[in-house]
Amino acid sequence: MTLPDLLNNLLFDYTVRTVALGAMVLGVVSGALGTFALLRKQSLLGDAVSHAALPGVVIAFLLTRSKASIVLILGAAIAGWLATIWMMNIVKHTRVKEDNALGLVLSVFFGFGLMLLTFTQRLPDSRQAGLDSFLFGQAATLLTRDVLTMAALGGISLLLIGVFWKEFKLLSFDREFAASLGFPISFLDILLTTLLVIAIVIGLQAVGVVLMSAMVVAPAAAARQWTDRLGVMLFLSSFFGALAGLIGALISSLGSGLSTGPVVVLSISVIVLVSLFFAPNRGLFWRWVRQRRNRRKLRIGSVLSNLYTLGSQHGDPKHAHSIEVLRAMNYGRGGVQRSLLTLEERGHVVREDEHKWALTESGLEEARKITQQSPQSE
Amino acid sequence: MTSSQIEIQLIAIITAAACALPGVILVLRRMAMMSDAISHTVLLGIVIGFFLVGDLNSPILIFGAAAIGVLTVSLVALLERTRLVKEDAAIGLVFPALFSIAVILISRYAGDVHLDTDAVLVGELAFAPFDRLIVFGRDIGPRGLYVMLGILLFNTLFITIFYKELKITTFDAGLAAALGFAPTLMHYALMSLVSLTVVGAFDIVGSILVVALIVTPPAAAYLLTDDLGRMFVLSVLIGALSALSGYWLAYGLDASIAGSIATMTGVIFVLVFLFAPDKGLVSSARRRTRQKWEFAQTMLAIHLFNHENTPAASEESRFAHLREHLRWEDAFANQVVKRAENAKLIQRNNGALELTDHGRQHAQITLTN
Repeated sequence: MTLPDLLNNLLFDYTVRTVALGAMVLGVVSGALGTFALLRKQSLLGDAVSHAALPGVVIAFLLTRSKASIVLILGAAIAGWLATIWMMNIVKHTRVKEDNALGLVLSVFFGFGLMLLTFTQRLPDSRQAGLDSFLFGQAATLLTRDVLTMAALGGISLLLIGVFWKEFKLLSFDREFAASLGFPISFLDILLTTLLVIAIVIGLQAVGVVLMSAMVVAPAAAARQWTDRLGVMLFLSSFFGALAGLIGALISSLGSGLSTGPVVVLSISVIVLVSLFFAPNRGLFWRWVRQRRNRRKLRIGSVLSNLYTLGSQHGDPKHAHSIEVLRAMNYGRGGVQRSLLTLEERGHVVREDEHKWALTESGLEEARKITQQSPQSE
Repeated sequence: MTSSQIEIQLIAIITAAACALPGVILVLRRMAMMSDAISHTVLLGIVIGFFLVGDLNSPILIFGAAAIGVLTVSLVALLERTRLVKEDAAIGLVFPALFSIAVILISRYAGDVHLDTDAVLVGELAFAPFDRLIVFGRDIGPRGLYVMLGILLFNTLFITIFYKELKITTFDAGLAAALGFAPTLMHYALMSLVSLTVVGAFDIVGSILVVALIVTPPAAAYLLTDDLGRMFVLSVLIGALSALSGYWLAYGLDASIAGSIATMTGVIFVLVFLFAPDKGLVSSARRRTRQKWEFAQTMLAIHLFNHENTPAASEESRFAHLREHLRWEDAFANQVVKRAENAKLIQRNNGALELTDHGRQHAQITLTN
């Protein structure tokens, strides 16, 4: 399929368009809320909340006998919210710490939901069929109505982030300071967590329980590499989330067996990898380049100052010395030959014969500068 | 009870015990989410193993899956070491990616094989008795029973042999390294153990129940004891109790056994969370209340002691004065005085409060400490 075909599908094929829109909405919202989650070290909360949503979905269905996404999302949100509150209480009141409390709440709620789900499936009510797709994610079942629900809830969340921008910023970076200024910390804490829960549950239907956790962590982790400013990070994170949603939806429309959820997650994973390696300043590739450059500089300086030291012991600063001596002095460092050639290019040393090197006038000056800088010379 | 009912309960109890053992160490090391990550990524190992040998029952699959478990842990460690992301974020990045690859591989290339993602998450203990182990043409019981029994034995052996090493690397990794133990090696050994346990258990009970059995009973035991040995025993007991009660809950509701067992681990945890003798919510609330009154009584005793035999004594020892001097509300002051009287710390004398000998002694001891 060619690119124009893809674009054509995106614009005019109902399923592709709906799935792509749904995945993008989910990417924007979870990207934005994920930013705060990442900074507050709550990355795995997404995993816990998405699993914990299951009993809420089943109970919401049992109470209303409806499978409208707004009903199920509300049920999921309430369960996810209760799970989060319970988790925070466990951490606060016992010595069971965050990580364990997350695992505990996640598995217990999911197990409870599973029990309810299987119980429901054996009821003589055929309407429950397909309830599990809400959790295991089947983007292809998304309807325009579902996407609108997602967009409405997501829009409200984003609006609230805008309203409480200053407070959330302060809360994420310096809780104690925020508390000392008299901000209602627990209220803000719960509000921000609630928004995160909403962001997670609106994505469940599209990508499923397991993969939703990635949509909270990954866009934010990628965005974090590019900037140190919260506003920019939030924008980038949403952008990455949306981009992954779009790419994922398009790729999955290409072939059978490519369900949207996993493809979206792989797309965002690629974005994370690229960011980890190539983001300016923080990127691993640039870090490697910097280290190489520094090491090289250090080596050259070391050879130069060695020649100088040898010279001053010899009484004649410009006396030529064998490369072997320099190699011995730089044992384990290597690259002596290369450093000498670089120095020769700069006119700091001259080659006396095959193996002997001597400082020039400019080399002498350079070496003095280096040795005076370093505390060893004293 | 029919024989398959007994078999299911046996498998459930053994699985609970096998999971609780490594779970104790994981909970103490605050690494519960790592078990969650591993329980998802083993799927990739199983898929790759299946592509290599073409048989879903081959033991090679178990090792492939365990290897992927260790790979997961290594990738998380690698990501964390770049210092670009924190540990929790690293976990959240690694396991969904690996899980996604597995899901795509299955749906594209192994669609006709009995290997679907729901089954990995959910599992179905009720089917375990149908999968028999046949040795020399004789049916010697369900295969799952032997798999889990083997894993339980292996875990028990590992923890018994490396008890000292596990203990020291868990509680003080720095000291362990200084003494020449290898914390990193222990870490990976433990992770292999967890991977192996997860792999063995997941197609019998589902990965989420594995996480529930690994995390919840040890977390409950952690609130009941400070002794590592006792924590192991309690975790196994709580796990087994959840397995049994969960089975019967599922039987009553005609619902998923794995889900019901996970629910029961949660119920037991909540009970412990509320009523644990020392660290439970109720007992710590009671302790706080008791301490509040004791503190107030001591304050009162010290106040009276300070002013005893001074010109202001008659003034200071009047009940109405407490309000002004100690800034107590009347109702609160009333309570304190009553409690102090009951404890024979003070007595009333014509409307004035007086220390008893016991009360004087109490104030003195508190002040000199």
